Amino acid sequence: MARIGVFVCWCGSNIAGTVDVKRVAEEAAKIPGVVEAVDYKYMCSDPGQNTLRKMIKDKNLTGVVLAACSPHMHENTFRKAAVKEGLNPYFIEIANIREQVSWVHEDKEKATEKAIDLLKMMVEKVKKNKAIEDVRVPLTKKALVIGGGISGIQAALDIANGGVEVILVEKEPSIGGKMIQLDETFPTLDCSSCIMTPKMVEVYQHPNIKLYTYSELEEVSGYIGNFNVKIKKKARSIVEKDCTGCGDCWNICPMHKNVKSEFNVNLSERTAIYVPFPQAVPLIPVIDRSVCLHYKKGGKCQKCYDACGPKCINFDLQDEIIEEKVGAIVAATGYDLMENSLYGEYGYGQFKDVISGLQFERLLSASGPTEGVVKRPSDGKTPETIVFIQCVGSRDPEKGVPYCSKVCCMYTAKHAKLFAHKVHGSQSYVFYIDIRATSKGYEEFVRGTMENEGAIYLRGRVSKIYEDNGKLIVKGADTLSGNQVEIAADMVVLATGVIPKKGSDKMAQMLGISYDKYGFYTESHPKLRPAESSTAGIYLAGMAQGPRDIPESVVSGSAAASKILGLFSKSEYEVEGTIASVNKTTCVGCFYCRRVCAYSAISKEEIKDRNGNVLKVVANVNSGLCAGCGACVNACFSKSIDLKGYLDEQIFAEIKSLAV
Amino acid sequence: MENNIVEDVQNARGDKEYSAGGAKDKDKEPRIIAFVCNWCTYNGADLAGTSRMKYAENVRVIKLPCTGRIDPLFVVEAFKKGAKGVLVSGCHPGDCHYTSGNYHSRRKYTAFRDLLSYLGVDINRVEFSWISASEGNKWVSVINEFTNKIKLLPDNSDIFSKK
Ligand SMILES: Cc1cc2nc3c(=O)[nH]c(=O)nc-3n(C[C@H](O)[C@H](O)[C@H](O)COP(=O)(O)OP(=O)(O)OC[C@H]3O[C@@H](n4cnc5c(N)ncnc54)[C@H](O)[C@@H]3O)c2cc1C
Ligand code: SF4
Ligand code: SF4
Ligand code: SF4
Ligand code: FES
Repeated sequence: MARIGVFVCWCGSNIAGTVDVKRVAEEAAKIPGVVEAVDYKYMCSDPGQNTLRKMIKDKNLTGVVLAACSPHMHENTFRKAAVKEGLNPYFIEIANIREQVSWVHEDKEKATEKAIDLLKMMVEKVKKNKAIEDVRVPLTKKALVIGGGISGIQAALDIANGGVEVILVEKEPSIGGKMIQLDETFPTLDCSSCIMTPKMVEVYQHPNIKLYTYSELEEVSGYIGNFNVKIKKKARSIVEKDCTGCGDCWNICPMHKNVKSEFNVNLSERTAIYVPFPQAVPLIPVIDRSVCLHYKKGGKCQKCYDACGPKCINFDLQDEIIEEKVGAIVAATGYDLMENSLYGEYGYGQFKDVISGLQFERLLSASGPTEGVVKRPSDGKTPETIVFIQCVGSRDPEKGVPYCSKVCCMYTAKHAKLFAHKVHGSQSYVFYIDIRATSKGYEEFVRGTMENEGAIYLRGRVSKIYEDNGKLIVKGADTLSGNQVEIAADMVVLATGVIPKKGSDKMAQMLGISYDKYGFYTESHPKLRPAESSTAGIYLAGMAQGPRDIPESVVSGSAAASKILGLFSKSEYEVEGTIASVNKTTCVGCFYCRRVCAYSAISKEEIKDRNGNVLKVVANVNSGLCAGCGACVNACFSKSIDLKGYLDEQIFAEIKSLAV
Repeated sequence: MENNIVEDVQNARGDKEYSAGGAKDKDKEPRIIAFVCNWCTYNGADLAGTSRMKYAENVRVIKLPCTGRIDPLFVVEAFKKGAKGVLVSGCHPGDCHYTSGNYHSRRKYTAFRDLLSYLGVDINRVEFSWISASEGNKWVSVINEFTNKIKLLPDNSDIFSKK
C-alpha cells in the first residue's frame, strides 16, 4: 500500500501569493494513498528539509510529492534528504507550481486548480515509481589514444603525466602527424620540428606510455571503463629491440629511385627500407614490402641484412595482433588534404611547378628535399614570383566542400612571409575570397605579410593557369578593382582544403561514434561537450573533429586528457539509473530498438539452455552506454523495453489523473 | 493490456467511463496536455516563469527525457481523458540532447497522424513545436495560440467525446 507524503511549499509569497496553498494541501490529503499533506513556508530550507525527513521516518513513507519550484531547482536537494532517511531517491517527485503556475498565472482560483492537478499527476506517478539504483561501472584505468599527431601526442602526454597508463597507436612508421612536416608555424614562426621533436621524444621515453607505431586498430568492443581493443602491429621486418637506428641498411638499399617519399609529399625519393624522416620516433626503419626486391624478386636482395651490424632485419616477421583493455579512448586521427586534381584549371599534376601548400612547407624546411632553399620542382631554379591561391576546394559546395578549412588563410600569409625572407626581391601574389584571421595575433600576422613583406593580395578567383616560356601564366579576377589580372609566375602554391583522414568514417563505425557527412567526428554537444564523442568513454581531439590549427589541436588534446583524468579520478563510473531495461521474456529479438539508439547501447544477448544451446537472441541494454533517452521504448512493438523513471505505467498514471 | 489501441477504440466507442467535453466545460479554457522534453521545452517553460510571463492556465505539462520517449498512445490516452488539445514539444532539429530523439518522434508522429484522424480526432488538436530552453516567449505564444485555435474548432467530434 502506498504511503505518500505531500508537501506544498509557499516559497514565501512566490507561490502562496498566487496559489491557495492550504487548499492544495487539503485537496491532496483526499487523494487515496496520501497519508499526510502539509504546507510549509520554505521547503528547501534546513527546517523544511527536516520536516520532510521527519515525515518520511514517522509515517514510514513510500513516496513523496513536493509541490514547489521546478525540479531543475531542488529535486536533488530533496532526493538527498530522502536518501538520509533510507528512502530511494527516485521516490521523490516534484509538481512544478512555481515556474509553471504561480509565476505565470494571475487568477488565483485557476492557478490553484492547476496546482492541484499537477500535484495529483505526481501523486499518481509516484505510486507507480520503483526504486532505481544508480549504475556503477568499474573502470580500467588505462587510456588508448589513436593518432600520434600533435593532438594525440598532447592528449597522451597529459594523461601519462597525470599518472595514468596510455597506449598510443599510430599507423605510420613514426609519430608526428602533419605538424612534423611543417617548416615554421604561424603566428610566431617557431620552427615546427624544434617544438615538436622534444614532445615526440618525451612520448617515446615516457614510462606511462606504450607506443605502437606502424599499427592500426583492428577491433573495439565494450563500453566506457571497459573497452577491449585489438591492435594490429604491422610487420616492420625489423626486430625493433635490437635496432640502433644507425642507417647502414637504408644507406645501402638499391631501391633509391622511383619510390616517392610520403614525408616530402612526393618531392623526393626514399628507399625500400626507410625511416620517413631523420628525426622519426621511433628511429627504426621499416621495409616497404610492396617495393622491396627481397619480397618482389624471391629473396634475391638482402643487402640491408648483410649491412646490418646487429642483424636485426628479419624478412619473415609477421603482423602481430595485440589485445589491450582500456577504460577510455581518444580519437585523434587528424586530416588529409583534398585532391588538387579536382581543379583541372590550376594544372596540378600537369605543371610541375604548381604545388600544394604542404609541398611548399617541405621546400621551405631545412630538413626538406632542397634543404630549405626554395627551388622549383621542374628545373631547380629559385622562383622570383609566386602566386598563392587560397580556398582551393574549401567554401566551394559545387566541387569541393562548403566549409572553411580555417588554416589556409594563415599558412598562406606565412608562406608569403617566409618566401620574402628567403628570396630577397621576390614577389608574392595571393588570390583570396576572404581573409579569416581571428585568433590572437593572427590579424596582425596577415597585415604584416601585406604591409612589411609587400605581398599583393587580390580578392578573386583564378580562372586559368597555363605554361608559357617557362612561366606559369595565372589569369584571374581582382573583384575589388573589377579588373582581370594576368600574372607571369615561376611557381603556384595551392592552399588545398582539409578533409578528415581517409578511413575516418570506418574508424567512427568501429568506435561506435557519430560523424558528420564529411567524416569529421561529431561532438556529444557542439558547445558544452566539445571534447566528448556521442559515446561515453570516447573523446575527440584535433583536426579529426573539424578544421583547426595547432594551438586549437593542443587545447583539444588537453581537454580530452582532462576529461579522462577526471573520469579516472573516481573508483567507479557512476551514471543515473534512469536507463532503459529489457523484458527478456517478451523480447522477440527484432532489434528495432537497436536501430533508433544513438548510443549503440543495445547489444544482442544469447539466451542459452543448460547445455549451451541458444534458445533465443534478445536485446540487452548496456548500462554504461545508455543515455536514458527512451527512443528505444517507442520502437519496440512488443512493449519489451521500458525506461526506468519514465515507465509507460507512470506516464499513463499521470495522464489518467487528469481525467475530466 | 491497458494500452492496447484496439481496445481503446472499442472502449471509446460505446464508452461511459471516458467522457470529455460537455456543457459544464463550455466556458472553461480547453484542456491541453503537453508532452515536453526535459532539456529544451521544459526549461523554456521554466524560463517563461522566471521571466514572469503570463499565459493561459489550461496546460498540463508531462515531462519526459526526450520527445523520442513520447509514445503516440500517450496522445490517444490524453484525448481519452478529455484533453481538447495535445502539444508535443522538444528541442529544435539538431539540438536534441540525445542527438536524434526529436527526429524519431517527428517521424513517428507523421505516421500516427492518419491513425488519429481515422479515430476521428481533428488533427488540428495536435500541435508539434520546437521550443528551446531560451524560448520562454515562444512557449507562451505557442500555448496561447494553440488555446485560441482550439477554441475556434468545432466541438470535439472524435470518438472519445460524448455527444
Ligand atoms: C600546409 C599547412 C600548413 C600549416 N601550418 C600551420 C601553422 O603554421 N600553424 C598552425 O597552428 N597550424 C598549421 N597547420 C595546421 C596543422 O597542421 C594542424 O592543426 C595539426 O597538424 C593538426 O594535428 P592533428 O594531430 O589533429 O592531426 P594530424 O597531424 O593529421 O595527426 C593525426 C595522426 O593520426 C594518425 N592516424 C590517422 N588515422 C589513424 C588510424 N586509423 N590509426 C592510427 N593512427 C592514425 C596519422 O597518421 C597522424 O599521425 C597547417 C596545415 C597545413 C596543411
Ligand atoms: S632487401 Fe629490400 S630493403 Fe633490403 S636492401 Fe634489398 S631492396 Fe632494400
Ligand atoms: S524492439 Fe523490443 S522486441 Fe525488438 S529486440 Fe528490442 S526489446 Fe526486443
Ligand atoms: S534509452 Fe536511449 S540510449 Fe538507452 S538504450 Fe534506449 S535508445 Fe539507447
Ligand atoms: S532532448 Fe529535447 S527533443 Fe530530445
